[in-house]
Amino acid sequence: MSEVINEVRKGFYLDSVALMRLSAEIVALGGIDDAVLMIGTPANLQIMKDAGILNDTGAAASPNDLVIALRADGKSSANRALAQAQKSLEGGALKSSASDLQSRTLRGALSSHSGANLALISTPGTYAGREARQALELGLNVMVFSDNVSLAQETSLKLQAREQGLLVMGPDCGTAYINGVPLAFANAVATGSTGVIAASGTGLQEFSVLLSKLGGGIRHGIGVGGRDLSDAIGAISTLTAIDLLAADDDVRQIVLISKPPGQTTAKLVFDKLATCGKPVIACVFGADESSLPAGIQHAATLRQAAELAAGKTLVTDNPKPSVEALIAGMGEGRRRTIGLYTGGTLCTEAMLVMRQQGLTVCSNTSADGDDTDAQHRLLDLGADEYTVGRPHPMIEPAVRTPLLSEAITSADTAVVLLDLVLGFGAHDNPAASIVEAIEEAQAGAQNTADGPLLIASICGTDDDPQGFRQQRAALRSAGVVICDSNSDAAGLAAQIAQKIG
Amino acid sequence: MSATDLLKDGPSVIGAGLPRFVDDLQSQGVAASAVDWRPPASSDPAVLQAAESLSIGSVAALIDKANDEASQRMHSADPMLIDVKLAADVIEGLGDHKILHAGPPIDWKDMCGPMQGAICGAIVLEGWAKNLDAAAKLADSGKIEFEPNHHHNAVGPMTGMTTQSMPLMVVKNLTHGNEAYCAINEGLGKVMRFGGNDDSVLERLRWLSSTLGPLLADTLLARDGVGLKNIIARGLSMGDEMHQRNVACTSLMMRELAPTMARVADPETAFEVLEFIAGNDQFFLNIAMAMGKAIMDPVRDIGGSSIVTAMSRNGTNFGIRVSGCGDQWFTAPVEMPRGLYFPGFTEKDANPDMGDSTIVETIGLGGFAMAASPAVAGFVGAGGAADAAAFTNQMTEITHARNPEWTIPALDFAGVPSGIDVRKVVSSGITPTINTGIAHREPGIGQVGAGVVNAPLACFEQACVALAERMSAS
Repeated sequence: MSEVINEVRKGFYLDSVALMRLSAEIVALGGIDDAVLMIGTPANLQIMKDAGILNDTGAAASPNDLVIALRADGKSSANRALAQAQKSLEGGALKSSASDLQSRTLRGALSSHSGANLALISTPGTYAGREARQALELGLNVMVFSDNVSLAQETSLKLQAREQGLLVMGPDCGTAYINGVPLAFANAVATGSTGVIAASGTGLQEFSVLLSKLGGGIRHGIGVGGRDLSDAIGAISTLTAIDLLAADDDVRQIVLISKPPGQTTAKLVFDKLATCGKPVIACVFGADESSLPAGIQHAATLRQAAELAAGKTLVTDNPKPSVEALIAGMGEGRRRTIGLYTGGTLCTEAMLVMRQQGLTVCSNTSADGDDTDAQHRLLDLGADEYTVGRPHPMIEPAVRTPLLSEAITSADTAVVLLDLVLGFGAHDNPAASIVEAIEEAQAGAQNTADGPLLIASICGTDDDPQGFRQQRAALRSAGVVICDSNSDAAGLAAQIAQKIG
Repeated sequence: MSATDLLKDGPSVIGAGLPRFVDDLQSQGVAASAVDWRPPASSDPAVLQAAESLSIGSVAALIDKANDEASQRMHSADPMLIDVKLAADVIEGLGDHKILHAGPPIDWKDMCGPMQGAICGAIVLEGWAKNLDAAAKLADSGKIEFEPNHHHNAVGPMTGMTTQSMPLMVVKNLTHGNEAYCAINEGLGKVMRFGGNDDSVLERLRWLSSTLGPLLADTLLARDGVGLKNIIARGLSMGDEMHQRNVACTSLMMRELAPTMARVADPETAFEVLEFIAGNDQFFLNIAMAMGKAIMDPVRDIGGSSIVTAMSRNGTNFGIRVSGCGDQWFTAPVEMPRGLYFPGFTEKDANPDMGDSTIVETIGLGGFAMAASPAVAGFVGAGGAADAAAFTNQMTEITHARNPEWTIPALDFAGVPSGIDVRKVVSSGITPTINTGIAHREPGIGQVGAGVVNAPLACFEQACVALAERMSAS
């Protein structure tokens, strides 16, 4: 049996939309067929009458009164609903749900953040070019973190930026520092007087961390993207970056970190660097020192580049066990080095260090390609083939876990080489997944003493959100040998390989 | 901001994509804001290509310049309510067997229930048929000519009926010299604009013709019209957005009219008319609509401009016109409003969105001025002041400018977002928010609720493609 109940609140006014909203709330309560809250104007009373929800109580209301009219399945439901209605009327009937509305477009964001000077684009690559173009149209400098931007799009964006006096960093620029501010994947390092031009990500991170440890500091780290130095792009952003760093009085020296440039481009870039009026250090992976013009210092590794920039040698704060002691208990037949890297440039650097020692090393980062059967195999787990449909291993290092377990338990593994990248943007506790994999492998092993050796370097500082010391302590207690730098770790692995090979 | 300044001042960042990068910067005290980025709403690459081609380089500069001109024309308009005249006298060719309706062009057989109901009522009102059944047969016979109001400097709410014998309010744009017309608001309840067509509806329409119209005309002529810009500006500060809510502007208009009306009319007629206006919070809506049409018509044909000059619905299709494409309509099926319903009705009873009243949003009022009218935001969502502001702020992302004379106190007197840019609609995927009444899907029942509806994206997509074609041809 449904029952119509009316209540009149004398001398009460509330906006009709607010009342409609409240009516909908009350109808949603259990046992209520219909509910209407309306001011008692003749027109409204007629509407309620037509809806069959008005009784004599409500009909007596005046235009200065509020009518609460209910049709309920019984007295108790009706009373509950009436109480709820009264409570809502007392309690500020309407409250905003949304906080500040975020703009959906760069243009919209710029109108409320008019002082902005840089757009950081990290959308899926398909859309990144379009957003970057929009940013340039709005007069913003651009850092494109996204990859998969076409070569044609990259060229056209960079040409437009040059025309406008703007800078395009990237695409695929994982790291940058502007006036000491770390952008995207970057570490909390000291601000100083060194200006860096780097292709993309972890090379710049490792350099800036080592420089910071040496007492130096970064003023700007401009990431130009992995293809900028190719002849197809012609170093458009690199040349802009050289001009910018040369003109900035706070920059005392310039460091270039890159793969070898295209032939035509190399001359353009090196000539400009050699005549820019500031000391230049170049760490060009795989390049011959003789390919650099006089006046540019050559660094073979990121550590060496940092030491040249700082003017001193890195003092180790890690114990240096002898190679003999390390391999003393290692099982027979263990010959292989397996590298599992989250940082692409770190993987490349490690490969070059080991090749320098005459070892045969393959890697998915090298031009000759990967080879699963190679004696020594170093993998960049941030490469496309490992990240399709998955987060980058710097964000989610668990991607490395199954490969790490496999490497540890494999009978022919002598050394597992690892990197651990800390800093903004990176995973909150990347050491945890390594420790977990080691513990699991050891739990399943008969004899843990003759297992492979794990060697790692940590790209991070004490000021990074993850804490360098905590991460190092976690790895050490799991038995990982920690080296001062990525090249030191690779160097140690090379020595071991030579000793047992 | 040149790259040199970037290095000198340090980064001040807008991030689009991973929110973490912006959070990291904010945690270090760096000025950084995030775009609520999402993939484009348009899936057709040709549409996205068109929108982008209109947004970059020299083409963008040309369009921006044309849009500046459009904004200038909009903001310099000086609309004034000057008169009430018989439709036949102001609309050329509006005679027997011709009916103007809301929205883009449409045939009888494609009209929704309320539109057909209103047509039948209008036919009986004009005496072209004896009763509603005969009227329906006549309409179906092809002997009635249907045309959009928009093709005749006119607009009409909901079904938007305009026929020869109706009194139309005349708004003149003093700056540009053009006039626009709209019928008089019939009040609440059963009315022709919602498809109502019984005797009580026709009786009220006859009274509007015989009594209210002529007296309003006399009053306006006796005092040289009523300027509208100023009323809107004050109405915005009093909680109106001029689509759902016109109570302040109606009252302000009464204040302008009543003294003169008392002088030009006999007391009984003045009482009748003033009582009618006083009992109808939405009386001003039709004036605001004629004003919107008077403001937008001079913007209708600026080469290269991507500004929307009309948005309108006929209950079946939503149509827009864009300045740079002249009088071409871009149409798509109309959407259902989301909102609240009067007692006894639910969304099952609702007719799809209808009416020329979206001209109000076209000039930056209605859904675009929601921040002025938090109560109206309650039709969707909770409806607090922040919600209302969010609607208006979002519309700034698809508009060319802000109207400096129509400001919103709650937004620190920022102007209403004005001049919808089809490029921005397509590239952001944000479609105009429209405040609207909801008609019953059956003719003759009337209004059953009110709410908010969005203009369909497809209209803006077509417009972008058409404008891109024109730009590449020129």
